[in-house]
Amino acid sequence: MTDKERLFNSGILVESRPGAEEPPLSLWETKKNGLVVIECPQRIPCNPCASSCPTGAIIPFDDINDTPRIDYEKCIGCAKCVAICPGLACFVIDLTAGGEGKAVIKLPHEMLPRPEKGEEVSCLNRQGEAVAAGTVVAVTEPLKDRTVVVHVEVPRALMRDIRAVKVVKK
Amino acid sequence: MKTTEVLVIGGGPAGLSAALEAASRGSQVTLVDSDLQLGGQLIKQTHKFFGSEDERAGTRGYKIGELLFKELEGLKDCIDVHVNTTVLGYYKEDGVVSLSRGEEDYFRIKPERIVMSTGAMERLIPFPKNDLPGVYGAGAVQTLMNVYGVTPGKRVLMIGAGNIGLIVSYQLMQAGVDVAAVVEFMPKIGGYWVHAAKIRRLGVPILLRHTIVEALGEDVVSGAVIQAVGDKGLEGDPVRIDCDIICLAVGLTPTAELLWQAGCDMQFVPELCGYVPRRDAHMRTSQSHIWVAGDAAGIEEASSAMVEGRLAGLGAARSLGHVKDSDYDAGLASYWQRLSHLRAGEVGEKIRSGLEKCSCDAWEV
Ligand SMILES: Cc1cc2nc3c(=O)[nH]c(=O)nc-3n(C[C@H](O)[C@H](O)[C@H](O)COP(=O)(O)OP(=O)(O)OC[C@H]3O[C@@H](n4cnc5c(N)ncnc54)[C@H](O)[C@@H]3O)c2cc1C
Ligand code: SF4
Ligand code: SF4
Repeated sequence: MTDKERLFNSGILVESRPGAEEPPLSLWETKKNGLVVIECPQRIPCNPCASSCPTGAIIPFDDINDTPRIDYEKCIGCAKCVAICPGLACFVIDLTAGGEGKAVIKLPHEMLPRPEKGEEVSCLNRQGEAVAAGTVVAVTEPLKDRTVVVHVEVPRALMRDIRAVKVVKK
Repeated sequence: MKTTEVLVIGGGPAGLSAALEAASRGSQVTLVDSDLQLGGQLIKQTHKFFGSEDERAGTRGYKIGELLFKELEGLKDCIDVHVNTTVLGYYKEDGVVSLSRGEEDYFRIKPERIVMSTGAMERLIPFPKNDLPGVYGAGAVQTLMNVYGVTPGKRVLMIGAGNIGLIVSYQLMQAGVDVAAVVEFMPKIGGYWVHAAKIRRLGVPILLRHTIVEALGEDVVSGAVIQAVGDKGLEGDPVRIDCDIICLAVGLTPTAELLWQAGCDMQFVPELCGYVPRRDAHMRTSQSHIWVAGDAAGIEEASSAMVEGRLAGLGAARSLGHVKDSDYDAGLASYWQRLSHLRAGEVGEKIRSGLEKCSCDAWEV
């Protein structure tokens, strides 16, 4: 088993693959509210992301086992998919928001305590390492089902790494 | 002696669905469960379910349970519910079922039809000191946390990276418990990749090709020793992990004792995780008045357990003369469509091949 395989086989994305691809950068740079980034590379019987997307940006599945495919032109960055996905595999990354050299990631969060607006949180990469501090710009609960969507401003250079936040106890 | 048209044994998603279906089709139903409340595994599932929206994907498991309870409320005149009531035995000779309510109160029921939906039991694996207090099955940990609101300990070593191991690890973290690591014997997680990614990004290592060698501690668990496994067995140095809980999530096996007692044709099917009864397309066993549904018929999912329960309830109701043939055929077709939808694709392949081994179109009469 190569190191890459070992990582992927234990749940860490190491490169882009079907179901886990990046938006085209040119559109991404200018799209207000951001574009969806999905990391769901395994065929599993699941489709709420596609069936709940209000614009059809997540192309409706032919087979429930399909991995998500995205029509980025249609994505409005609403983060509905972020809130509903049972795999917590949907994120929205907005390159038009935040300060100089920053990006805003909208990510799902189901741990206590809940981050609060304005709070500084620790930003974690795919292996749970704290790689930066981020500022919470908003916290919403779109489906009123206790999964919150945290909007966090992070260093843009780390937008491809940060996939979770942790509240740091003071 | 109490009599009933349909006795449903086990009130998890399969049994609840069977009782609801049989009652809504005009049968008089008795539903018993050994637990203090109905719902089986479902009431412990605080995570959002997979599947299609038709099967309520994206909804948390216990919420799906609540929907079934609401439906039950609407049919309460036709369904006699007994919780804290365990079926102890089935006497083939006269078709009598013996039960105990609590510890002392024994009684008997003579049902015309039975649906067995007794679910599954957890597997254990052997290792030195696996009988120390602090070694738990994943189901017990879930019950403690999600039903009773008690955390089992402070730091857990999880054994097994199937969906249960991954999901219970996540739920432990939600409850504020540390997860030291998830240990998996295979070179790849067995559960869904997204469930693994979820705990990885919160900092939990998943150690592939590793196993537990022994539990440490005198009176209670104080740690564990784990080690890598290679083609020739254990390799590398044993590693000590500090933990006060060792949680085993190494698989389930169908609860089939009553099916054996009843003399149903049984078959060992590895894909379905143990001995299961042979069944026809109506979920009827070789004993013509006994149906089976859910994990007792083979380890699968709550979503399919609910549809199998519907099929079994429908079959039992029809055999009592409550369902017109045309209604029956329509129901059968629609439930089978849902099942084949759920079992399509790669993930369902194991189930499909397992079912092929123990299904028949119809029993010879
Ligand atoms: C951690 C975890 C996560 C899961 N996640 C999902 C998921 O995301 N999606 C999904 O679809 N499924 C999921 N499942 C699987 C699902 O919970 C089970 O497949 C489902 O509950 C099986 O239903 P059942 O009714 O057959 O059995 P159970 O839910 O086990 O119910 C069986 C019932 O029978 C009772 N019983 C047993 N013997 C007797 C007796 N002799 N007398 C009286 N009563 C008896 C038991 O008390 C129990 O209440 C998950 C399971 C676990 C453990
Ligand atoms: S962010 Fe909104 S529009 Fe974009 S894919 Fe998700 S649900 Fe669809
Ligand atoms: S809802 Fe989430 S887990 Fe399910 S298919 Fe979509 S991205 Fe994958």
